[in-house]
Amino acid sequence: MASIDAAAAPATSETLARTREQIRRRDALKRTGLLTPALLIIVVFGIFPLFIVLFYSFLEAGAYGGVEWKFSIDAYVTFLFNRDLFDPSILHFSPSYLQIFARSFIVAGIATVICLLVGFPAAYFMATRPAKTRNLWLFLVTLPFWTNLLVRSFAMMLIIRDQGLINGFLMWIGAIQQPIVMLYTPFAVALGLLYAFLPFMVLPLYASLEKIDFRLVEAGFDLYATRGQVLRRIIIPLSRPGIIAGCILVFIPGLGAYITPALLGGGRDLMIGNLIAQQFGGSRNWPFGSAMALILMAVVLVFLMIYASVTGRQKVGHG
Amino acid sequence: MAELAPPPPFIASRRQRRMLDLTYQPGFRGVAYFCLFMLYAPIVVLVIYSFNANPSVTIWTEFGTNWYVKVAANQYIQNAAITSLKIAVVATIGATIAATAAALATTRTLPYRGLGTAYVIINLPLMVPEIVTAVATLSFFAMGRTLLGIDLGLANLMLAHMVFCIPFAYLPIRARLEDMDRTLEQAAADLYASPWHAFRRITLPLLTPGIVAGAMLAFITSIDDVTITTLVAGPGQTTLPIYIFGQIRRGITPETNAASTIMLAVSVLLVSLFFFLAQRRKK
Repeated sequence: MASIDAAAAPATSETLARTREQIRRRDALKRTGLLTPALLIIVVFGIFPLFIVLFYSFLEAGAYGGVEWKFSIDAYVTFLFNRDLFDPSILHFSPSYLQIFARSFIVAGIATVICLLVGFPAAYFMATRPAKTRNLWLFLVTLPFWTNLLVRSFAMMLIIRDQGLINGFLMWIGAIQQPIVMLYTPFAVALGLLYAFLPFMVLPLYASLEKIDFRLVEAGFDLYATRGQVLRRIIIPLSRPGIIAGCILVFIPGLGAYITPALLGGGRDLMIGNLIAQQFGGSRNWPFGSAMALILMAVVLVFLMIYASVTGRQKVGHG
Repeated sequence: MAELAPPPPFIASRRQRRMLDLTYQPGFRGVAYFCLFMLYAPIVVLVIYSFNANPSVTIWTEFGTNWYVKVAANQYIQNAAITSLKIAVVATIGATIAATAAALATTRTLPYRGLGTAYVIINLPLMVPEIVTAVATLSFFAMGRTLLGIDLGLANLMLAHMVFCIPFAYLPIRARLEDMDRTLEQAAADLYASPWHAFRRITLPLLTPGIVAGAMLAFITSIDDVTITTLVAGPGQTTLPIYIFGQIRRGITPETNAASTIMLAVSVLLVSLFFFLAQRRKK
């Protein structure tokens, strides 16, 4: 820093050390003061509540919602087992909640794969436009990301309902007599997630595709590679960080999605997010809901760690 | 290969031009336009049908703004909009101030241990799934109510929103601080400006576009939130998205289309402004 050098010029080594120490202390004071408000708000109202959830997950469910202050691992047992009706000490393995988790994984996974298949060519096309058009494309892809997810899910409902646009059109041209039931199915949820999170896929892909040195592509062509080979052997390997980042950014919110499945999914095809919300609403089993939330959180953490190890520590630099 | 051949005197066809384009991949253009179509078609349909005079949501008859008139006259929607605004304004102001301070602390200080941790904490609300944050916040306030008898009313929602608005406000402000030329700040220090004076007269004016951008992102994030608000909101704390959410679940009416379109318009307006500011910043 310039201020250290300025102070250092005429000083002896002792005063120099003292001044350095002073500057360091003042800097520490400054950053503590500046960081406190943000960290305080997030730690108290964002992180501490997560520990309450951890705590709640080891309590008994209250009869009318909330919790009883008794230690119990029932919440975690319920996840995998049913208690016998006549003898509560006998446990039967019950996969129904596991199925909900599996369904969420499959639906979010399908949405992620399709997002990648559609998003990659789109991002590549964007990244190879001239600078001006590129900004317009970026704007057009980012805009839906900032519009209300609820409104967008609702718009999707209008399109795929029985009386919606797609069925209306197909019946009008006479391709079908009965509307195809799309709304309130896992298909609708996957479509909704695809629609909702497509920008999350395109943007990181674009970021890594934009950095590709096209001299490598040229070299490939010089060595008689076909366009397909260039894509497979040069472009896709170089955009790997973007592919992984995009997939994780779509998969994580898809896995815990709440609004989209609540609107587009049927009552029978719950996803994790809805299961958790239900436990804090209608079903009123807070400890069980807390346990589910923690399991979801753990899964997400694993994916985030993969993400962090792929993108590296480049973002956590100073200044 | 076409690239190796000497350039032809003129390029006759689109096909030939493609052959010469290093970056061309067959079909990618089509997919890109398909993406745009997919992203915008449902929204456009929603907006068009909100101007349908007919009470049917899917049969178009004639243009009419009667549903907007109905929305404007709806007492519930008015109240919900006011609640939304109250929460968003407080959350935005709080989050922007906290985020600006945090951005200064992570860019305008000597390197220190714990910087990485601070960075992770500030961005944590983006990483925790929304539904987990929602139930955690609900449990937190419920605990406060039962154990300590504290109920802050609408401030519950304001604080909950502030948490997830901070990272959204932080990112553009930090980006701006990193892009800013530091020589002006250093010149001020050389001319014996006190740190506060230099901040007020140099850093803050230069940082303003970043702060405005951050505040806008925070505002949009707050005003659009459904998941966390649905779970945390008590009786009488219905925000506009929560009202629409309830409406959709009860059955689709054109009034919902109109209310949704209004929400859409607010986001589009703010994001366009944000982009405009960002574009100008680069020049």
